[in-house]
Amino acid sequence: MRVPLSWLKEYVDITLPVEELAERLTLAGLEVAAIERIGAEWDRDKIFVGEILEVKPHPNADRLVLAVVNYGRGAPMTVVTGAPNIRVGEKGHKVAFATVGARLIDGYSEEKRYMTLKPSKIRGVPSEGMVCSEKELGISDDHEGIILLEDDAPVGVPLADYLGDVVLDIDLTPNLARCLSIIGVAREVAALTGQRARVPDPVALAEGAPIDGQIEILIEDPDLCNRYSALLVRDVKIGPSPKWMQRRLTLAGMRPINNIVDVTNYVMLEWGQPLHAFDYDLLRPRRAGGPPAIIVRTAKPGERMTTLDGVDRDLTSEMLLITDGGGPVAIAGVMGGLESEVTEQTRNVLIESANFHAINNRRTSQALKLVSEASIRFSRGIPASRTVPAATRAAELMRTLAGGVVAQGVADNYPVPQVQRTVRLRPNQVGRVLGIDMTADQVKATLERLEFECAPAPDGLDVKVPLHRLDVEIEADLLEEIARMVGYDRIPTTRLRDELPPQRNNPPLELARRVRSALAGCGLYEAITYSFVGAEDQDRLLPPASRGDVSVRAVEPGPHLRDMLPCILAADACIRLANPMTPERTTMRTTLLASLLAVTAANLRFTERVNLFEVARVYLPVDDKGLPNEVTHLGIVMTGPRTERSWLTPEPEHQDFFDLKGVVEALMAALGIGDWRVEAAAHPTFHPGRCANLIVGDKRVGIFGELNPAVRVAWELPEQRVCLLEMDLDAVLGHVSAAVKFQPVSRYPAVVQDMAIVVDENIPAAEVERVIRETGGRLLRNVVLFDVYQGPSIPAGKRSLAYSLTYQSDEKTLTDAEAAKVHNKIVQRLTAVLGAQLRGPSGR
Amino acid sequence: MLEQLSDIRERAMAALAGVDSLAALDAWRTEYLGKKSFVTTALKGIGQLPPEDRPVVGKAAHELRLVLEAALEEARQRVLALEQERAARAERVDVTLPGRPATIGRLHPITQILYEIYSIFAEMGFQVYDAPEVETDELNFQLLNLPPDHPARDMWSTFYTTRDGILLRTHTSPGQIRAMRQFCPEPIRVILPGRVYRYEAVTARSESMFHQVEGLAVGPRITMADLKGVLTDFARRLYGEHRQVRFRCSYFPFTEPSMEVDVSCALCDGAGCRVCKHTGWVEIAGAGMVHPQVLRNGGYDPEQFTGFAFGMGPDRIAMLRYGIDDIRYFYSDDLRFLAQF
Ligand SMILES: [Zn+2]
Repeated sequence: MRVPLSWLKEYVDITLPVEELAERLTLAGLEVAAIERIGAEWDRDKIFVGEILEVKPHPNADRLVLAVVNYGRGAPMTVVTGAPNIRVGEKGHKVAFATVGARLIDGYSEEKRYMTLKPSKIRGVPSEGMVCSEKELGISDDHEGIILLEDDAPVGVPLADYLGDVVLDIDLTPNLARCLSIIGVAREVAALTGQRARVPDPVALAEGAPIDGQIEILIEDPDLCNRYSALLVRDVKIGPSPKWMQRRLTLAGMRPINNIVDVTNYVMLEWGQPLHAFDYDLLRPRRAGGPPAIIVRTAKPGERMTTLDGVDRDLTSEMLLITDGGGPVAIAGVMGGLESEVTEQTRNVLIESANFHAINNRRTSQALKLVSEASIRFSRGIPASRTVPAATRAAELMRTLAGGVVAQGVADNYPVPQVQRTVRLRPNQVGRVLGIDMTADQVKATLERLEFECAPAPDGLDVKVPLHRLDVEIEADLLEEIARMVGYDRIPTTRLRDELPPQRNNPPLELARRVRSALAGCGLYEAITYSFVGAEDQDRLLPPASRGDVSVRAVEPGPHLRDMLPCILAADACIRLANPMTPERTTMRTTLLASLLAVTAANLRFTERVNLFEVARVYLPVDDKGLPNEVTHLGIVMTGPRTERSWLTPEPEHQDFFDLKGVVEALMAALGIGDWRVEAAAHPTFHPGRCANLIVGDKRVGIFGELNPAVRVAWELPEQRVCLLEMDLDAVLGHVSAAVKFQPVSRYPAVVQDMAIVVDENIPAAEVERVIRETGGRLLRNVVLFDVYQGPSIPAGKRSLAYSLTYQSDEKTLTDAEAAKVHNKIVQRLTAVLGAQLRGPSGR
Repeated sequence: MLEQLSDIRERAMAALAGVDSLAALDAWRTEYLGKKSFVTTALKGIGQLPPEDRPVVGKAAHELRLVLEAALEEARQRVLALEQERAARAERVDVTLPGRPATIGRLHPITQILYEIYSIFAEMGFQVYDAPEVETDELNFQLLNLPPDHPARDMWSTFYTTRDGILLRTHTSPGQIRAMRQFCPEPIRVILPGRVYRYEAVTARSESMFHQVEGLAVGPRITMADLKGVLTDFARRLYGEHRQVRFRCSYFPFTEPSMEVDVSCALCDGAGCRVCKHTGWVEIAGAGMVHPQVLRNGGYDPEQFTGFAFGMGPDRIAMLRYGIDDIRYFYSDDLRFLAQF
């Protein structure tokens, strides 16, 4: 809401400097987003109200004229102007006159550029000043003609005093609908500054024939229209509205049209009550011979009408219409119809001032995508009590400004009268909720500033809510009003003294924190990607040939999705947005991998190395209609050189499966998960020979490996290995040990012995290590696989594995012989169980 | 003979002074103290001397030998130090060459801010409570006093799903109802962090996904003064001890009274700049006393309990703290961005 201060002052005295006023309003919830000062830049001793004494032709130019201007200081001056709105022979125009030295805006410049007015000669004639356009004064972008002021503008007065104004641009939250009006804002200003608002009870001089019998008003649906009031003004002369009204409308952000339309807009801005002016003579009766009729009803199936903006609109049966005997003439509270519009020819005007149901109005305006100043107000609610005062005010303005004759009386159909609410307020609630002590008298005085009337009641006050306060319904609403009036800044600032609620651990939060910290420690950056993906994105994780396989691409919602890792679900089974913003974000993801590949691709455009992880939810639908299961997953992507390229490592090797495996090992260690293992896996997203399942306890909780080269091509990734992991973090919650179990450190020296064995290449290394550890028992403290070898010296189909084994006792210094005993036992068992052959203590 | 010994002594000492390596030292030892050296030979040949010369020459030769041996030992220490220094000098590097790249990862700036918020509130007894992101219209709106077609719904442009009555939460506030329904009738102090979604075009200033942290306290004796206290303490810890905190009346359908919380602009110290849009204040949170109907919807009797709630945006906090002027950086995950925090 844009509020010109000059207009506001008609209804309340402004006792504070404008900045302070803005601050008070802002703190009270009327956020002043900007203070615009009209005329603040106009030199008071160089720009004046002037009067054109004479307009003479320019001797050397047809398009220019010479204007002789009296500006009340010394002799009149002659200026050259090309303004099309003054013509040779005219005189008496009041203008904005700038003398030499005045700072103005260049009227011919595209951007706002200041210039200082210098004496000049135009086509041979000296020009001693300037008659200004709105643009030159910074009022608007209009540079078509010069400003013509009202005839009674006082010559010689600094223009800043006559035309200067301040506009408060106030952002209003939906509850402040009452302040979508100058009077509403005036009431707030009055309450906040200890003044009284001067809210008049409008009267119109009605000299016309009584309205009775001249209009028939029927309301078919009183739930949607609880009041329809109309006044009739005859014999108006359509023309421009006076300059002061045009100026105020412009400052408030509306465009002047003609005196009748301008009056309806002006009163709407002033009172907050939207009005509509019908051409009375175009309204048709219900039956021949009857008076013109207004019938308020919902639209019939298939009904259409053309609105003021020239658009032909389909109407639905929910939409409330204003119709006459012939058909629709307006969409109630949204926009008028073209047919009954006020035109140059209009002589008699019917002023509509009605009250429409807020929610119905909002639905209609949303369905038609038609938001008007009227619908903004109706959809937030207007008191029904306001129709007649606003219409009366408009009628009087039409009488004085358009020469109309007002019919006596009001045609008022008011089936559901507004009820004045009374709310019980218990003063002790002020302390209980706001934390301030106030007596009943103080509460009463505070509320009375806002025109609430308080009467004693058994346990407090009965507070009568003024009719214009539709937002106050319960005690809490009154408490807010009290807090607002006292000032939030004067409410004390205290620390919670309530008992602390039970404090609980949050294992998922703690797990996520440990995962993040472990992975950052491994050199990975944390990403946060969008929760939604494009409909095709998840499918692109699969080579086309695999997309028909429901074991890797599910097509149905259900609990089975939880066991799919990665969970690739057909987009139409995912949670989908009904109103996506862009095609790239339509589907709630069921796997993190698509998002991670997308950011990897983006990063690989400028770097070779991308190591990222994300901890985020996936949204697994469990059925066709309910909320999805939101499961927290971990996703990792690692690709590119193992280290940054440098003079020390000019050609670093690229990361592969085992870099990711190392991160997995570090992560499991950091989380204190002991019972985990991996097994070879096959999934079409991943490289056929470099993919593993991560198993914790006996449950598969993750999958990792290198990306299938075919999928890499589909994501337009460069030709380099891309390692990926996805893991269900919620699934490992039960396995994370919060507390580390301490192992005493032996004080005795350790014996380290190496062994190299040859085994069948299909025997997993994990199996060999398991046999070694099982056999080694308590004395075997550490097993390090330090060489894996296949080559000429090893039979085909076999490989050599070399281990460094550490033996140590907690009780004594172990002798070589004692260590060798265990060592030999391990060798024997490897031979017996796995068919291993000892190659020697170590090496190739 | 004695003269020869004295000559040898002078020559040996002069030669030793020039020795600067262990090899040269070894050669010197062979020459002056070895089997064939003059001193050794002289000592061996004493028997051939006239008996009267023997004691004198013997003593002199023996003395010379002791002197040379002592000098040798001294020189050895000197040469050893020299050798070590030489070896070390051979390993000298250009210390201005770049180091071996070490890779340390980082947490996303939003995560860092979230963790900071968690820890500040944890000290005031507020614990993290998680709630779903895909939510029902009922929890996201209706139970928060936003029935269908309420004009205030315009404050939250919403992503709806193709499922009836299911949407992406537009704020973390539905978690208030979930927390209340879970903990009722216990008192509550929780924060509810997480992703929220708005049907908005992505620009430098608006995102379709961002983060929020909601706070909720419910108890028998909680007042608006407490709310001011909690948020003042929080703001001073997050933004700096000397920041001013301002509470402005505002409107949320689920709180009454409602407020916006501003902190004095750290950039201009309240004088006005671009970041604070020349007001001197930066908006950091919306808050208010939980509306009695919302308390009721959560299972609490508003005659017995009061509560407050607040909500803030970690994305915005991060933008203010790091001077980030484009919100789109956060979810593009450009490593050149992530590596800065
Ligand atoms: Zn600032």
